[in-house]
Amino acid sequence: MTWTDIGAVTDVPLRGARLVKTHAGCIAVFRTAEDEVFAASNACPHKQGPLSEGIVHGQKVTCPLHNWVFDLNTGEAQGADEGRIAVYPVRIEAGRILLEISALQNRSAA
Amino acid sequence: MKQKLVVIGAGMASGRVLEHLRERAPDQYDITLFNAEPRGNYNRIMLSPVLSGEKTYEEIVTHDDDWYAQNEITCRFGEHVVGIDRDSRTVTGENGEVSYDKLLIATGSAPFIIPVPGKDLPGVIAYRDLDDTNAMVEASARGGKAVVIGGGLLGLEAAAGLALRGMDVTVLHLMGHLMERQLDEAAGYLLKKDLEKRGIAVMTKAATKAILGEDRVEAVLLEDGTVLDADLVVMAVGIRPETRLANDAHLDVARGIEVNAQMMTSDPDVLAVGECVELDGQLFGLVAPLYDQAKVVAATLTGEEASFVPKELSTKLKVTGCDLFSAGDFAEGEGREDVVFRDPSRGVYKRLVIEGDRLVGAVMYGDTADSNWFFGLIKDGTDISDMRETLIFGPAYQGGGQSDPLSAVAALPPEAEICGCNGICKGQIVQAIEGGATDLGAVKATTKASASCGTCTGLVEQLLQVTLGDGFEMPSAQPVCGCTDLSHEDVRRLIKSQELKSQEAVWQELGWKTVNGCHTCRPAVNFYLLADWPLDYTDDPQSRFVNERNHANIQKDGTYSVMPRMWGGMTTPQELVAIAQAAEKYGATVKVTGGQRIDLLGVHKEDLPAIWADLNKAGMVSGHAYTKGLRTVKTCVGSDWCRFGTQDSTGLGIKLEKRLWGSWTPHKVKLGVSGCPRNCAEATCKDIGIVCVDSGYQIGVGGAAGMDVKEVERLVDVPTEEEAIEWTVAFVQLYRENAKYLDRAYKWLAKVGLDWVQDVLADPEERAALVARFDLSQSVYQTDPWAERARPDVAKSFQPLADFTLEAAE
Repeated sequence: MTWTDIGAVTDVPLRGARLVKTHAGCIAVFRTAEDEVFAASNACPHKQGPLSEGIVHGQKVTCPLHNWVFDLNTGEAQGADEGRIAVYPVRIEAGRILLEISALQNRSAA
Repeated sequence: MKQKLVVIGAGMASGRVLEHLRERAPDQYDITLFNAEPRGNYNRIMLSPVLSGEKTYEEIVTHDDDWYAQNEITCRFGEHVVGIDRDSRTVTGENGEVSYDKLLIATGSAPFIIPVPGKDLPGVIAYRDLDDTNAMVEASARGGKAVVIGGGLLGLEAAAGLALRGMDVTVLHLMGHLMERQLDEAAGYLLKKDLEKRGIAVMTKAATKAILGEDRVEAVLLEDGTVLDADLVVMAVGIRPETRLANDAHLDVARGIEVNAQMMTSDPDVLAVGECVELDGQLFGLVAPLYDQAKVVAATLTGEEASFVPKELSTKLKVTGCDLFSAGDFAEGEGREDVVFRDPSRGVYKRLVIEGDRLVGAVMYGDTADSNWFFGLIKDGTDISDMRETLIFGPAYQGGGQSDPLSAVAALPPEAEICGCNGICKGQIVQAIEGGATDLGAVKATTKASASCGTCTGLVEQLLQVTLGDGFEMPSAQPVCGCTDLSHEDVRRLIKSQELKSQEAVWQELGWKTVNGCHTCRPAVNFYLLADWPLDYTDDPQSRFVNERNHANIQKDGTYSVMPRMWGGMTTPQELVAIAQAAEKYGATVKVTGGQRIDLLGVHKEDLPAIWADLNKAGMVSGHAYTKGLRTVKTCVGSDWCRFGTQDSTGLGIKLEKRLWGSWTPHKVKLGVSGCPRNCAEATCKDIGIVCVDSGYQIGVGGAAGMDVKEVERLVDVPTEEEAIEWTVAFVQLYRENAKYLDRAYKWLAKVGLDWVQDVLADPEERAALVARFDLSQSVYQTDPWAERARPDVAKSFQPLADFTLEAAE
């Protein structure tokens, strides 16, 4: 496990998201109203809409392009839409966001 | 031979240790007890009732002089300990040293004092012990104003106590809602409302900058410049473990004194207990875990095996009448699900957090009768899969139960205005229904409610349902989304009549079924709130679609388009040079739009603040091509150049654009001003189109040239430019105040009817009032969003949070 500090929790707006660029693609880091953080692929499987620009409600995000909704826990698309975004381990420690990036490093090495 | 035990600190934790010790092994230790306070142990939790006058100090003493005497404890009260020498095993007090075989540190915690100027002025009090409490009681006897800094458990209890003693109390809280560590936003909102009802003012997001005063405290200055008069300031922002003695003795100290599960510090002969300790990174501030720790300390001291295991905690606020409860973990963790129940009529909010088949957290407000049952489920980790559906209704309702979609309407007081057009209140409508008006038509005929613009029809129907029950069959109105049963019109009406001024107020008072809405309702509610309460509500960017949040239009490849404003379609060579340079610098594609301006396409998000700064420098501002707001005012050259022009259409267009830009509207608003009936500016297919004629100005509204193509309908003909502007502004404000979110003007007009709009606007007073409300809103919202976001501190947020592609490249 490689937990990497990517910034302060407060760098991400409440009910908002910020982008993290990696060699394996862009990751969206979300912060909910309850101060939970989630990390998932930034690209919607439908038309690659940037999920970090979506509206965050509860523990879900809505894609800004065509309103697909994803559960940030599982990455599963909700309702009638079918699809899934990759989710990544992330946690908060002493006000900092730690992202587990080994999966991303492996993919870039392959 | 007896061993010697020295205890530093006579608080609730060490008091409990001594009780256990004397029960288990009455003769094992000679005990010396130091306390900095000149008294023994009392029930610190009950200081709040002492402050409020509901109890006296004598009633909260737990160990009196007799008890210490009977238990043969040598008390050294009012004596500070100066040092611990672990080599010689001695503790030195102000009056001399004493040696120990075992030492117990129970120094508790110290209040955290925020380091602002004036913190040491007389009249600034921390809220920690009996002396502080007495000082507050004494200060409150003189009356006057109190400011409590800190809206946590302690601060609110202090505020309530001071208010009961007749002081005028304001609570300042740094965070967005009260008790943010124990409550979520919804419960925080209800708590604030209850406190305000009992006369306590609450200011959230309030940062203290300084405490002002010459010889004693006189006022508190906030970061935003607000000055609050104060005769007393109570600092209750938090506590930190008191670790100075342990530090000086070179014991392991992190935030607190580090202990193991046997409550031993890094020196096995030194134990610690209470608020001063830290175990596995955790601190302890509530009494339940401290009592658990005390048992373990007593066991360790008597050579028995025991371990302290932190348990789930619950919180209750000891303010009479504020019924709240929170337990477990509702703020962190993954894979969890919420169950929310709201009853606006009773001010009840309940939220359960479920993980897998277990209840892991609960927040309740207004009705905490079942809190122990829920707390039990959390502590025991009970499998709740069988009762999941009805869990939130509590133990009594394990057979069923249904929330009532009509409760928001049922909860309205009789004087709540339902029909804004005719000023009809709930009471009048209910009276009419009870008097025999049993359908919508009859209610309209007898009360005129819903007989004008019709946006309150849904509410009138709900009143029929509430009053008549099954005797009335509800027509199915289209709810906003799955989060509520109310329609857009209902929500708008209720936001006005109940004076709901925050998202939390809407969610709670209108019985929302989700925690904070969804992508459908939240942008709508955000708009309704800012349109109706421009001064009270702050626009929430996180409740906006991407374009309005980033102030640029997102394109299919994730880049953005940038379009500066060109007032009335007029530009200058200097502006064109700046646009050309920006296009080159940021590699943008240049497109001339139908709205008489220039679009720069293909700009990356990271570059937005920089291109905005460049365009700002040339005097240009955002064109708002991305908003539900004023877009463009298209004009022809009018009487300035055209041989047919009857009036200065360009000039009027520019005046209108300068007046209207920056305003948020239910959907986009496009204007056109043509200088003669040849209509070169295509004004007759705009939301508002003005056609100049020799005798004045023809104002048309409700045009469109999109999915639907519509010609405008004539609102009015006016002789002067001033009147043309006044009518236009008044129309825009009427649309802002009444239309459903995402209804273009023509769709709204189709619902309310042009006649109604003409009736309203024909009244000069009404028109003036609408214009005044529009201008008030503009005083907040007519700012260039680009300039605000081009500032370096804000521009940062347009960059990625982290970029691992750069690191690897190095």
